[in-house]
Amino acid sequence: MMKKSAPALVRRIPWVLVVFVAALTIPWVGSRYDTFLATQIAISALFAMSLNLLLGTTGLVSFGHVAYFGIGSYVCGILMKTYAVPFSIALPAAAIGSALGALVFGFFCVRLTKIYFAMLTLAFSQIIWAICYKWNDVTGGDQGIPDVPYPNLDWMSSIPLLGDLRIAQQFYVLTLIVVMLSLAAIQRIIASPFGLMLTTIRENPERAASIGLNVRRYELSAFVIAGGFAGIAGALFGIFNRGVFSDFVYWPKSAEVMIMTILGGIDHFWGPVVGAATLVLLNQEITSYTQYWPFVLGTILLLLLFVFPGGIVGGLTTGLEWLRRKTGRRASA
Amino acid sequence: MSALLELEDVHAAYGLSRVLFGISIEVNEGECVCLLGRNGVGKTTTMRSVMGLTPPSAGHVRFKSRDITGWPPHRIARAGIGFVPEDRRIFAELSVWENLDVAQRAAARPGRWTIESVIDLFPVLGRLHDRQGGFLSGGEQQMLTIARTLVGNPELLLLDEPSEGLAPLVVEALLAKIGELKAQGLTILLAEQGIEFSLALADRVYVLEKGAVRFAGSSAALRSDRNVLDQLLMV
Repeated sequence: MMKKSAPALVRRIPWVLVVFVAALTIPWVGSRYDTFLATQIAISALFAMSLNLLLGTTGLVSFGHVAYFGIGSYVCGILMKTYAVPFSIALPAAAIGSALGALVFGFFCVRLTKIYFAMLTLAFSQIIWAICYKWNDVTGGDQGIPDVPYPNLDWMSSIPLLGDLRIAQQFYVLTLIVVMLSLAAIQRIIASPFGLMLTTIRENPERAASIGLNVRRYELSAFVIAGGFAGIAGALFGIFNRGVFSDFVYWPKSAEVMIMTILGGIDHFWGPVVGAATLVLLNQEITSYTQYWPFVLGTILLLLLFVFPGGIVGGLTTGLEWLRRKTGRRASA
Repeated sequence: MSALLELEDVHAAYGLSRVLFGISIEVNEGECVCLLGRNGVGKTTTMRSVMGLTPPSAGHVRFKSRDITGWPPHRIARAGIGFVPEDRRIFAELSVWENLDVAQRAAARPGRWTIESVIDLFPVLGRLHDRQGGFLSGGEQQMLTIARTLVGNPELLLLDEPSEGLAPLVVEALLAKIGELKAQGLTILLAEQGIEFSLALADRVYVLEKGAVRFAGSSAALRSDRNVLDQLLMV
């Protein structure tokens, strides 16, 4: 009896809200540098979470997820810088632009499976990169789009506490709101019947088709939704970074977000968030100690993945489970 | 009257290795037809080619007089063919209820079978409602697979080696349930190695060897044909 009620209680807590409130305190309790890191973590977490909708939920390995992150940041950056469009329009436009890109590319990608799917996603992302890199008139080419303005956050100044913050910190609050709303939406999607269908496809696409599921159409829907959320992350990152550049769309970014996701754990909702936080913090810490940071980072990641094959969250869950069983046995003995 | 399911000279291959060499079979409405044969003679491949999972390289599959050759599997499922595969049979990470719910939504074919009525047929599934599929016994998994297929309200049920790997007592129970379905008028195409299991259910039998039909006839005719039993089935 007790066994069942404890996890049920844990599940009923709205964790997204809890994490939001906890993260919201950072500008007041931490330094400006902490807020900077927290912004980066929040945006990376959303990016990783959008990838995990494909990787963990649907079982699709996309090596080109950065394409949609990139489209989002360019659409938002160009609209806000070149056309002075307000953020409240530029952000949805970025999401829609990325989702449309994912619809067009995904249409071809879901026709392939496994490694061929992965290679085609990578190929499409490199095409996007080439366009961003070469189309000088629109994307600024190699120069990118510097000085993307902050959104107009005057409305925050009338809110007590928020009004005293610097613009970068206010942008952090805005980022947090957008990211948490997105995470809540993703959580709803995963728990919905639609999400259950995606899980079915991950478990066994052939069996899913045998019960009458149009596998390609569901995969494409997941691809479009994941692309849209990646676009939101990209839009936020362009503003945070004070500029949009072509290396946002270059393939190592796809590898980085995949490392975050796998490091955190693809089987758990919070895995990508933990992975993003871990990688961003490790990156910062190690680069401040040594110029050979990729070597140290690689070693740490290697060890982490060996110790926690299910990612950090997967490893912790297994550990807790083991502890509970051990203490439970002692209690009953 | 034409058959509910008709295979005409179906050939199939996995890459370069050819498995079926011109299979022709018929299943009439309300019948239970069994594909018999040893391991590797093409029983599973025949079912997979009906379902569109291994599309025929030549020949035709007709269902209710419509040519469904080359249709994608989900479309064939929605047309009214339910497939119970032989391998690990359920969605292991989904609960019993979720397995059924997903199938009902995917097939989108209303009819007499609902989640409630399949649980009436297999009461054990009602007790295991929230259990994760991977934690069911072999027999429970097989019942869940059949139940999952039924909620799609198929007109034809393809059952691939349902007795495989199950304990004798469980096989007995399963036999009774499948008999019940047959008595209710469901058309069934069964693939089996176990001759007793199949003869207990089937009206007609096709014996396969090396990807071709070697015997076609009633269950009674097969029982009395020592030649076929000795040569093709080794019983």
